[in-house]
Amino acid sequence: MKILVLIGNVPDTTTKVKFNADKTAFDANGVQWIINPWDELALTRALELKETADSCIESIVVANVGRVETESTLRKALAVGADEAIRVDADPKDAFYVASQLAQVAIGFDLIFAGIEASDYNGAAVGGMLAELLAIQSVSAVSGIQLENGSLKINREIDGGSQTLAMNLPLLAIVQKGIAKEPRIPAMRGIMMARSKKLTVATPIEVEPLTSILSFELPAPKASCKLVAEDQAKELIRLLHEEAKVL
Amino acid sequence: MSDTKYKAPDHFQVDELFSEEHKIVRASIRAWVDRSVKPIIEDYANRAAFPVHLVKELGAIGAFGPYIPEEYGGAGLDHMSYGLIMQELERGDSGIRSMASVQSSLVMYPIYAFGSEEQRKKYLPKLASGEMIGCFGLTEPNHGSDPGAMETHVEDKGNHYLLHGAKMWITNASIADIAIVWAKDEQGVIRGMIVEKGWKGFTAPETHGKWSLRASVTGELVFDDVIVPKENVLPNIQGLKGPMMCLNSARYGIAWGVIGAAMDCYDAALRYSLERSQFGKPIASFQLQQKKLAEALTEITKAQLLTWRLGTLRDAGKATAAQISMAKRNNVFMALNIARETRQILGAMGITGDYPIMRHMMNLESVITYEGTHDVHLLITGNEITGIPAFK
Repeated sequence: MKILVLIGNVPDTTTKVKFNADKTAFDANGVQWIINPWDELALTRALELKETADSCIESIVVANVGRVETESTLRKALAVGADEAIRVDADPKDAFYVASQLAQVAIGFDLIFAGIEASDYNGAAVGGMLAELLAIQSVSAVSGIQLENGSLKINREIDGGSQTLAMNLPLLAIVQKGIAKEPRIPAMRGIMMARSKKLTVATPIEVEPLTSILSFELPAPKASCKLVAEDQAKELIRLLHEEAKVL
Repeated sequence: MSDTKYKAPDHFQVDELFSEEHKIVRASIRAWVDRSVKPIIEDYANRAAFPVHLVKELGAIGAFGPYIPEEYGGAGLDHMSYGLIMQELERGDSGIRSMASVQSSLVMYPIYAFGSEEQRKKYLPKLASGEMIGCFGLTEPNHGSDPGAMETHVEDKGNHYLLHGAKMWITNASIADIAIVWAKDEQGVIRGMIVEKGWKGFTAPETHGKWSLRASVTGELVFDDVIVPKENVLPNIQGLKGPMMCLNSARYGIAWGVIGAAMDCYDAALRYSLERSQFGKPIASFQLQQKKLAEALTEITKAQLLTWRLGTLRDAGKATAAQISMAKRNNVFMALNIARETRQILGAMGITGDYPIMRHMMNLESVITYEGTHDVHLLITGNEITGIPAFK
């Protein structure tokens, strides 16, 4: 059995977001890149499944769409235990473009993991699109996955409760938080071993993205917080009336 | 998913000088410190207790002997990686970094560099995994800056040595399974040997009452006619050069480590200054606070560039003892000054354990003294310039 985990290359969550002068592109200068947190949890669960005593998993492959500078994100995935990596050498233009590129390399896998969203553009679309392009079943909002004797048991969070499903392979599981406790940290030996693991660079196919970005806007700066002393209730009411205008 | 707010300053884009692998190394140790050190360290420092459960974790992440080859349990990484590991550990606490420094540079390094194949195989894998803890005995009660005058000595008894003497200010002393001990033989030549816990006549009492490195174990090593088998002597080194080469490796790690402490202080003070309001605006608006922050960033930037260059030289086998000495001295002084100045930005809050600065400041008072004092390091540079050793 082979597992594929899709790996998004996203800015570190502490990044101060800036855009270029005409506000049409993210300014990546000085940005630290990380594995999309949802994908990182998916990879963690895939590794846990492989390590179980009766594991039938031969290999875990990770894949992304990105230029050469995104390889360190794939190397990190290899350092925590993925067996090999595939990078489709293209700029990830939109969800459809990314899913189309991944569909060329996501062949022959029994189980594919995709994070439910990415922490950069929060598109939440690649997983579902990829399943359609591959013509395989998918299930979303997966918060638990067990593999017993080659059959899958899936847990999903649903409104007001949870749902347990039995699923057949092949399957694309779109996972959310809860799929694994916390991501693994690469150990120094793992980082060294990742050097010699296979990283294949695939040529992108011709495909037109379905969207184009007109402009980005930063949210309005947060207003400063005013503290009102506990015996100044009148002043608080005045501020709520006159400044905040919520009363 | 980490919710830490820490942001490491990189004003001169020094990151571009590191390989992608170096950045993964740094990010890994940073994440481990956020997960395992930051949430507990104030409590341990407060109680003057060493978080001994972290030893196995440090071994698992690969913080012990990362530059030791894989066949002996290391990761086979370069010295730049070792430096970055030390930097990130010391962002957590100098005591945790000291533990890893000693294990790596003062215990694993001499066994690897000067030990027999049997010694390497017997000790290095267990030291790398954290199954075994080591310590290093050079300093004595009457011999600190002048270790060549040590009194600890061995008598040759044919098939073994008899070890007498005492060592002081030894990190990990009372929790160590083995000690690398430096002692003079009957000809007055300094020899290194591996002494194991539990051997008759060997005791390691802990030193209490420290106001610095409180989350780290410090103690004495006392040898009262300890029988040391000859196969426990490090065969491939004689003289003061042996311990000095170990100290070179450790000082190299300190030069990097203290940048982590300085960056943690800077980061805490910067965020506090933007959040704390006085006279109706953030205290970061005031010139005197900006002066402290701007000077801190300038000094951190200089230290980052210095250690990057030092790492490049060390990986090329070209870093001299005098260069390492200068970097250790400069960077520790830099970090201590930043801790003192940034503590003031936090006002009274700065003296509490709610923020890391006071703990870093107290730790750095040890770091500026151990592994060659601030003064002696200056004289090493003086000797380099003039050819005249003023410390003798």
